[in-house]
Amino acid sequence: MSKEAPSAPGLHDCRVAFAEELIAMARLNPKVLAVCNDSVGSSNLVAFRQEFPDRLVNVGIAEQNMVGVAAGLANGGFLPFVCAASPFLTGRALEQIKADIVYSNFPVVLCGMSPGMAYGELGPTHHSIEDLAWMRAIGTLPVIVPADAAETRAAMRWVAASGRPAFLRIGRFKVPSVTPEGLGFELGKAVTLRDGRDVTLIAIGTLVSRALQAAELLAAQGVQARVINAASVKPLDVETVLRAARETGAIVTAEEAIVYGGLGGAVAELVSQHHPVPMHILGVPDLAPTGSTEFLLDHFGLTAEGIAQQSLDLLARFRKS
Amino acid sequence: MQQPNGVAASAPLTLDGEGNARWLQRRQQFSAADASTRAALLASAARGVRADVVRTIRSAGLGHIGGDLSVTDILVTLFEAVLQIDPSQPAWPARDRFILSKGHCAAALYATLASCGFFSRERLAHFAAPLSPLNGHPNRQKIPGVETNTGPLGHGLPVAVGCASASKLAGANWRTFVVLGDGELQEGSNWEAAMCASHRKLDTLVAVIDRNRLQQGASTADTNELEPLADKWRAFGWDVQSIDGHDPAALLDAFTTPHPGRPRAVIANTVKGKGVSFMENGVEWHHKVPSAAQVEAALKELAA
Repeated sequence: MSKEAPSAPGLHDCRVAFAEELIAMARLNPKVLAVCNDSVGSSNLVAFRQEFPDRLVNVGIAEQNMVGVAAGLANGGFLPFVCAASPFLTGRALEQIKADIVYSNFPVVLCGMSPGMAYGELGPTHHSIEDLAWMRAIGTLPVIVPADAAETRAAMRWVAASGRPAFLRIGRFKVPSVTPEGLGFELGKAVTLRDGRDVTLIAIGTLVSRALQAAELLAAQGVQARVINAASVKPLDVETVLRAARETGAIVTAEEAIVYGGLGGAVAELVSQHHPVPMHILGVPDLAPTGSTEFLLDHFGLTAEGIAQQSLDLLARFRKS
Repeated sequence: MQQPNGVAASAPLTLDGEGNARWLQRRQQFSAADASTRAALLASAARGVRADVVRTIRSAGLGHIGGDLSVTDILVTLFEAVLQIDPSQPAWPARDRFILSKGHCAAALYATLASCGFFSRERLAHFAAPLSPLNGHPNRQKIPGVETNTGPLGHGLPVAVGCASASKLAGANWRTFVVLGDGELQEGSNWEAAMCASHRKLDTLVAVIDRNRLQQGASTADTNELEPLADKWRAFGWDVQSIDGHDPAALLDAFTTPHPGRPRAVIANTVKGKGVSFMENGVEWHHKVPSAAQVEAALKELAA
């Protein structure tokens, strides 16, 4: 069973959809603000600043202040979207996110721009392979990784309407459309993009389209893979994941994040406690060497071929028939 | 300490109507009073808060008594005479914002909030009790009158900058007051916020530094020297007032005279443990708990 084919051919930088959606929301809601750390260009806020010059709060290169200021703006009745490169937002301002946003419960949208290894050659200081693990550890803060432009817009709208804080990855590395037309986003709900009984591939963000391609490669070898887009990493869709464990008996997770504590960790926590099945966690094993995003994804086996091969190896290791 | 009749420690805090009415009366009295009566009113309120702090910390078996006592006059002046707030409407959008960035002095804040009627003074007996809303550090979801959850140090000023920015963006004139410790200024995030506040010309923002010259283990001078402190704030573009942090008239003046175009830093020179002779300037009183005999002696001094 596969859903209706997604729209918008070609590859998309999700920051573009983010910027357009933010402007659309700001036109309807005078409380919407953007808060950034000198990252006007890299957060795609130039057009926003053009139309709403007073509603871009740029605090300069000061992430801890940026997050505290966002909390204060929310205290004053505004709906701030904090926009900064994910490594600096989540790393530098980790305690502010914990205490000022989550513990204080201010409805602030934390947008980790250009996550994972999007900054490629700039090296590990500019990569955020840790953001999922760090954010997942903070209270009940939602952690959302949209797979494409449409899902980015839908997740933004959901979070803005929720009245609670959340962390969203806003991708920079161009990706194809993978989500079904008009599906929207709901926290705690994963989307099964392809059905299958032999193995489940659970992927997020840049890896979703690659997981779908991997499923095609596996089908050619007689292995029917279920593909799930788990954009809501926290909370995870318990029902869908456990049903996949029961019905397929093996799970491979794929994420552009370190293999400790991210999507793989979340799925393993759930499955090991409720319906243990063999698993393989595919992701980034360590701080990366030099290379473009495309090169590094390939280097770490985060490709359709890599996912397919790990799936076959998993099935062989556990002699699943 | 008098235990509230039948009220569980975990019960939500509710408005103390009688306490609030008495506070309103005091505010009216204050407005109509001359300078020396005003000073007497504030001194009397401060004695009451200090006594409640001593009893609260004894009852809980923990707290930061030295800093609670050094910050009391600052809190009392703000809540009895300056802040435009309404305890019966803690979420009133046009309220002045008060943030205790040195959140470990929660007992002093709770005693002050109780004296305004945000909740009953009897609830102070639940400070730090299991499941109590009165945690060791303030929680805005549990305590009316608390604007943001502080505790880690260095967090209150950035949030205050956000509040003052919100006021300006909304074209409003409500003010934001934030109280910091002096040791707290060793945290770098404060200076990010100081730079930002000045750049954004936030003249509805007042930061008050409780300059008691001590921190947890030793004096600030022996740990990480802050001087010349007034010069630092001036260099960051702030209007700076250095005053006696136990002089109500000086505090009032610093909190109410205008400072157009720039935020104000009030360096309030204080004494850690102020009001209890054997605690004054004692570094050990950062978080030591007084014995029953010491409590009795302290309350006697405060009543005098």
